[in-house]
Amino acid sequence: MEIDPFIFRLSIFILSIFIGYYVVWSVTPSLHTPLMSVTNAISSVIIVGAIIAGLSGNSESVFNSSSVFGFLAISLAAINIFGGFLVTQRMLAMYKKKKKDKK
Amino acid sequence: MISANLSAIFYLISGVLFILALRGLSSPETSRQGNLFGILGMIIAITVTFLTIGNFSSGFIYVLIFLLLGGLVGAFIAYKIPMTAMPELVAGFHSLVGLAAVFVAISAFLNPDAFNLGSPGNIKLGSLIEMSIGATVGAITFSGSVIAFLKLQGIMSGSPIIFKGQHPLNALILISIVVLIYLLCSSQSSNLFWILLAVSFLIGFLLIIPIGGADMPVVISMLNSYSGWAAAGIGFTLENTALIITGALVGSSGAILSYIMCKGMNRSFFNVILGGFGATEQSSALKNKEQKPVKSGNADDAAFLMKNASSVIIVPGYGMAVAQAQHALREMVDTLKKNDIKVSYAIHPVAGRMPGHMNVLLAEANVPYDEVFELEEINNDFANADVAFVIGANDVTNPVAKTDPQSPIYGMPVLDVEKCKSVLFVKRSLSPGYAGIDNDLFYKENTLMLFADAKKMTEDITKNL
Repeated sequence: MEIDPFIFRLSIFILSIFIGYYVVWSVTPSLHTPLMSVTNAISSVIIVGAIIAGLSGNSESVFNSSSVFGFLAISLAAINIFGGFLVTQRMLAMYKKKKKDKK
Repeated sequence: MISANLSAIFYLISGVLFILALRGLSSPETSRQGNLFGILGMIIAITVTFLTIGNFSSGFIYVLIFLLLGGLVGAFIAYKIPMTAMPELVAGFHSLVGLAAVFVAISAFLNPDAFNLGSPGNIKLGSLIEMSIGATVGAITFSGSVIAFLKLQGIMSGSPIIFKGQHPLNALILISIVVLIYLLCSSQSSNLFWILLAVSFLIGFLLIIPIGGADMPVVISMLNSYSGWAAAGIGFTLENTALIITGALVGSSGAILSYIMCKGMNRSFFNVILGGFGATEQSSALKNKEQKPVKSGNADDAAFLMKNASSVIIVPGYGMAVAQAQHALREMVDTLKKNDIKVSYAIHPVAGRMPGHMNVLLAEANVPYDEVFELEEINNDFANADVAFVIGANDVTNPVAKTDPQSPIYGMPVLDVEKCKSVLFVKRSLSPGYAGIDNDLFYKENTLMLFADAKKMTEDITKNL
């Protein structure tokens, strides 16, 4: 008997939850805000679904009801990807250590 | 065009890079590198998707146009947004993830062939279940985040909106969602799909309106978690490993943050979610409001106290964010340090409107992160400090949480500010904080109240130092 591929995906999912659990507990509390903005950015990897949807039209009609939703989703996810990573970068650049020579 | 196996491996790599991105956040030094891993993972995922489809027809150019359009808007927002508005921004971003998940699900429902899920009206059962769960959670994330955004932005009142029969209504809607998904899967009817989406939007809205402003740290973390589960649901539909891994990571990350926030308030998750906190207690607090003596002072007195101190602990709260006082505060601290006074910052887990809110603001004002301490790290130091400077915080310093079992905040971990030799409390008036209870600290012998706007008071103190 063969195992349904769904079971493999479920295994990946469950194991990733555990990875997430341990990785996130090790995040220092002072970086919780960047954690939220970066998780925001990476969850926008949903854009891969949006791209498939956007390219689902055929050569005669690029726009059909399905691809339009795809294009909209691409824009929304892109806002998040660029916005999320850049704002995280901006925040992280501000976290500085005490300068030893500072008087 | 690359093979399905090869692309699956690339998606796995991008999932691993996302794990490393979160791992990097364990310390500020490695965090910037972590963010680069995240960006790299995203680039790989997007490129592989293009290569897998391999159809660079006329649609491709539109994909790029919409991608760049969104990217420009996102980049613009990221550079313009002030740090004090970070909670609103994050809530807004969550709503976009939710809506994108909904759109992808709609698209897959309308054109399942493109996703290899069957044909319209005859979608594979498993995919349909995964798709409807993804769409439902996405819709809840969207409308919930919009409400959270409006509350944080002040467009909507931060006080809880409660009406009779609220909880039974919500329970009824949640049950109907389960029934709808079941019916949808057995009938494949597109009408049911639209009704399911509408009901999910509605429940997201109803779930968040009873939750008050200061509980927003929990709400934002919870919505963060939901956005992850929505992404995972879509990931199952698309059979995409990168999405499944990311969804699970983000989902558990948000859940942990919610847990930390609830623990910081000594309240159960359900107590927060059911909402209405602060609305009921307010009346009783006003009732027994007897006149108790309060010592109040001005910037001159405060400066005098601090000048004669050898160590000062600063306790910032949401009020500091509202008054945008973080830069003025840093200047005050610089002056103190010039006088060889030891200064550190004490941050309560739920200070501000989102996890880590105060830390970001202090970092923005160039406060080195090794001067900023969490509750457990610094709480014993209050007894040895000369002055505690409470700026914009209230409930998190209330000693009642340790002494009065009747109090709604009893058992909540608080900063032991009252153990300091003297306490300077910057506040606009004696009004109670979010929990609606009086702060005993106001009436202590060693407390000096400074009634003023946080920013103005800090600037005045600096002048007097």
